[in-house]
Amino acid sequence: MSIRHSLLALLSTEPMYGQQLKSEFEARTGDLWPLNVGQVYTTLNRLERDGLVEARPEADVALRPYTITVLGQAELATWFRAVPGDEPPPRDELVMKVMLAASVDPLGAADVIQSHRRQTLEAMHRFTRLKALEGATVATLMMCDAELFRLEASVRWLDSVDARLRAGARLTPAAPALPSDPAPAASTAASASTRGRRRSGARR
Amino acid sequence: MTGPVRLVLDRVSRSFGAGPTTVHALREVSLAVTAGEFVAVMGPSGSGKSTMLTIAGGLDRPTSGRVLVDGIEVAGLSRTELAALRRGRLGYVFQSFNLLPALTAAENVRLPLELDGVRRRAAHTRALAQLEAVGLGHRADHFPDDLSGGEQQRVAIARALVAEGALILADEPTGALDSVNGEAVMRSLRQACDRGAAAVVVTHDAQLAAWADRVVFLRDGRVVDQTDISPVVPDLLTSGPR
Ligand SMILES: Nc1ncnc2c1ncn2[C@@H]1O[C@H](COP(=O)(O)OP(=O)(O)O)[C@@H](O)[C@H]1O
Ligand SMILES: [Mg+2]
Repeated sequence: MSIRHSLLALLSTEPMYGQQLKSEFEARTGDLWPLNVGQVYTTLNRLERDGLVEARPEADVALRPYTITVLGQAELATWFRAVPGDEPPPRDELVMKVMLAASVDPLGAADVIQSHRRQTLEAMHRFTRLKALEGATVATLMMCDAELFRLEASVRWLDSVDARLRAGARLTPAAPALPSDPAPAASTAASASTRGRRRSGARR
Repeated sequence: MTGPVRLVLDRVSRSFGAGPTTVHALREVSLAVTAGEFVAVMGPSGSGKSTMLTIAGGLDRPTSGRVLVDGIEVAGLSRTELAALRRGRLGYVFQSFNLLPALTAAENVRLPLELDGVRRRAAHTRALAQLEAVGLGHRADHFPDDLSGGEQQRVAIARALVAEGALILADEPTGALDSVNGEAVMRSLRQACDRGAAAVVVTHDAQLAAWADRVVFLRDGRVVDQTDISPVVPDLLTSGPR
């Protein structure tokens, strides 16, 4: 989330001062992303330094209106069209957990998957309640939808992992049979026990 | 949940066939649904969701266990008593919609009310309001054959919702709907439950299940988990800009 570009977007409609930018930002993101006014002023200072906004020279900082510069307009136009910063795929913690659980214990992973499925649905329920509230703004509906589609994607992914594991998919390659496994003379007890565990896991 | 209990499944099992090929569709499933409650049922294909719903609606009998609707044990009812129960209190939405082709959408929706003794004028007004709620006000005078699959599905839902205080049992009721119409249907179900109805809805769609008070997860014929949702809307404003 770029606060920098969000402020530029707001200033492209009309000049605004700090507190006004804060409330406009929150209203337009359905009040799901609160912003503190300190962050707003820090960001405005940097934008001014980079020549993307200009401050009118009013004495009272709190009432000083900012305007976007031509350079700022160009920067904003580029940002709207640029690929979001989190591409390629982020290291989603849920994905990591499930992948690791499934590789450690493919059958036991069903419990881990169900636990995430339940918790994801609980989160989806909270956003749905917010949508159902009397007087929810269009911005709130859109922001909730964004979260709901994202969470739904997680549930669908969990379902597909579940189905693959139920169909017998394995993440770890089957361990080679012992006779063809030339045990080096210097093989330690630790590595032998690791191999034993992998084999028993694969047989289950 | 404090309302009266509308539906009880008490250790319900249902198996099909005998011997080594027996299919255990349900294994000791217990569930209680109170008035005002909206329950969603999720689970992989073949986990027993449809079997559970048909048994709850008295359309199929359990191999063992009890089913009570408004305190009445369904297994003890005669065929006619069962039909009367389904007409008066149970709104069952089938995967196929079961609309009467010779009746318009509004006539289909008001039918359960008329069978229950509501005057035609009053029944018609309520039917129109219910069609409006599922986004079909403009199709009230159309016959089922002139409606799309999704529209027929919404007529069937309106028919299930039209009786006040109904116990609604619906199997994938949003299957033929796009997300906006699916949401309209879930909103209607939510509102019906807020007005005192109760609903058990099978769906594979997590966004729709999120409208329910509670999600019950079935797997291999067993209830394996359910959501735990506290009645307060927790503070969603804690994460801040990322
Ligand atoms: N009439 C029937 N005869 C035999 N098996 C059935 C019958 N109805 C359902 N089953 C079996 O019972 C299991 C549960 O089915 P169902 O309740 O339709 O699952 P779901 O709705 O969750 O997909 C499945 O294995 C299905 O094949
Ligand atoms: Mg089914």
